[in-house]
Amino acid sequence: MITELNILPGLNKSGIKEDFSELTLKAGETISIVGPTGSGKTAFITDIELLAQGDTSTKRHILINREIPEENIRYNPALKPIAMITQNTKCFADLSTEEFLQIHARARGIQSKGIIDETIELANIFTGEKIQKINKVTTLSGGQTRSLLIADAILIGAAPIVLLDEIENAGIFKQEVLEIIHGAGKIIIFVTHDPVIALHTEKRIIMENGGVKKVLDQNELEIYAARNLVELDKRIGVIREELRAGNIITRELANLNFA
Amino acid sequence: MKLVIIAGPPSAGKTALIKQIVSNLRDRMKIAFLKIDVVKAYEDIELENEFGILTKKIYSGDLCPDHAGVMVLGDAIEWAAENKADLFIVESAGLCLRCSPYLNQGLGIIVLSSISGIHTPEKMGSMVSLADVAVVTKIDLVSQAEREVLIQKIKEIHPHVVLLETNALQGTSLQRLFELICNSADISEDNLYLKGNPPLGTCTICVGKKDIGWRKHFGVVKKLDGQIADYLYRGE
Repeated sequence: MITELNILPGLNKSGIKEDFSELTLKAGETISIVGPTGSGKTAFITDIELLAQGDTSTKRHILINREIPEENIRYNPALKPIAMITQNTKCFADLSTEEFLQIHARARGIQSKGIIDETIELANIFTGEKIQKINKVTTLSGGQTRSLLIADAILIGAAPIVLLDEIENAGIFKQEVLEIIHGAGKIIIFVTHDPVIALHTEKRIIMENGGVKKVLDQNELEIYAARNLVELDKRIGVIREELRAGNIITRELANLNFA
Repeated sequence: MKLVIIAGPPSAGKTALIKQIVSNLRDRMKIAFLKIDVVKAYEDIELENEFGILTKKIYSGDLCPDHAGVMVLGDAIEWAAENKADLFIVESAGLCLRCSPYLNQGLGIIVLSSISGIHTPEKMGSMVSLADVAVVTKIDLVSQAEREVLIQKIKEIHPHVVLLETNALQGTSLQRLFELICNSADISEDNLYLKGNPPLGTCTICVGKKDIGWRKHFGVVKKLDGQIADYLYRGE
C-alpha cells in the first residue's frame, strides 16, 4: 500500500543542490509540474518513473513510504507501482493493437480476458477517430496512440502512481481523461502547460534550470478560477469539434460570451 | 581480471553503454578495451581519447566477425592481463546473429535499442538467450507501455536474464550494472570457451572455392536429394 512518495533533492543544471529537504506527495493528491520548456519537468517525472536512486542525470532519490524501494519493484513491470504516459505519439512495435495490449497485460501480470476490449473502448472515449483491434499500433495517429496509451496506463498499468506528460497535446478529449483519472486514492502527477490542468491540481511544482524552484498549494481563488476555466474550455471544445466536423460557425457560437 | 563481453546490433548503443561503464569504473579499476569490427571502427580511438584507457581494435575483413572474435580473443585476454588490467571489455561487431560471443566466464551483455522493433529479440537468437544481462537503451524515445512490451518479449525468450533499461547517453539507472560488473568473478584464463555452439562447420565454399557439385568439395556437403548426415563427405 503506497501512502506517500518522497522526493529527495538532486542537482539543477548548474550542478547546484535543489532548495528543499524533501517533497512529499500523498495518496489521493493531484500535482502539476509547470515551468518553461527545458526546465526539467520531464526529467522530474522520469526520475519518479525509474525510482531514481541517485543514478539519473539529476541525482535525485525517490522513496516510497519513506523507504528505498526494493530492486524488484524497480525492475519488474509486473510489480511496478507507476504508470507513465510520455509525450510519445508514436509506437514502433510491429503489432496489432490487440497483440500490443495482450503482451502488455502479460507483462503486468493481468489475467482478465476482457481487459483488451475494455482498454480499446476507453481509448475510444478519448479520441475522435475510433481505434480497431486489428489496427497496427505503428499506423495509429498521434491522438489515437496517445488515447490508447492513456487507457492502457489506467486499466493495464492500473498503478497507484500515474504520471502524465502533457496530455493536452495531440488533440484528445482531456476533460474525459481528467474525470476518469481522478480519485481512487492515486497519486497523479501532470506535466503541463495547460492552465486548466495546472489550476485543477492541489499542488504545483514550479521548475527552473533543471531544478525545483518552488512548490505552491492551490488556494480558494484558484479553485474558483479552475471551475470557470473548465466551463470556458468546454465551450472552446464545442467550437473545436464543430470546426473539426467541417461545420461553419453559427451566430450562436460566434456570440458566446466568455466573461 | 574481470571480463565483460558486449554484443548487440549496430547502433543499439553498445559504445554509449561502454562509455558509461568506463567513466564510472575507471577510478576503481584499470580497464582495457577491445573492439572487433568488420570494415571500420572508431570506438578504440574515442575511448582512448576520452578516458585514456588501454584500447585495441581488430578488423575481421573477409573473415566472419564472430569467427575473428574467437580467433583473437585468446591473445587479447593475454594482452589485457599482461597490461595488468582489472577489467577487460570486449565489444563485438554483432552482425549476423547466428552466434553469440559470450564465454563460459565473465559477463555477457546484450544491448538492445527500444526502437529496434518488437520481434528483434526473437530474431537475435543466442545473442539474447545466452546473455547474462540485457540492457534496453534509448528508453527516452518510447512510451512506458512499449518498453514493457519489449521487456516482456525478452523475458519470454530468456526468463532469467537480468534486465535493465537505460538512456545510455545519460547513463540513467545503470548503478545495478556497475555493481554486477564489480561483483563478477575473476576469469581463469586456461578454462575459457564459447557458451554457444559455433555454426555447423565451414567448408570449401566458405573459403572461396568456386567449383560446383558436391564431389568438388569437402566439409559439410549436401546432394540435391537426401539428408546432410548421409553425405558427410570428407574429400578424397
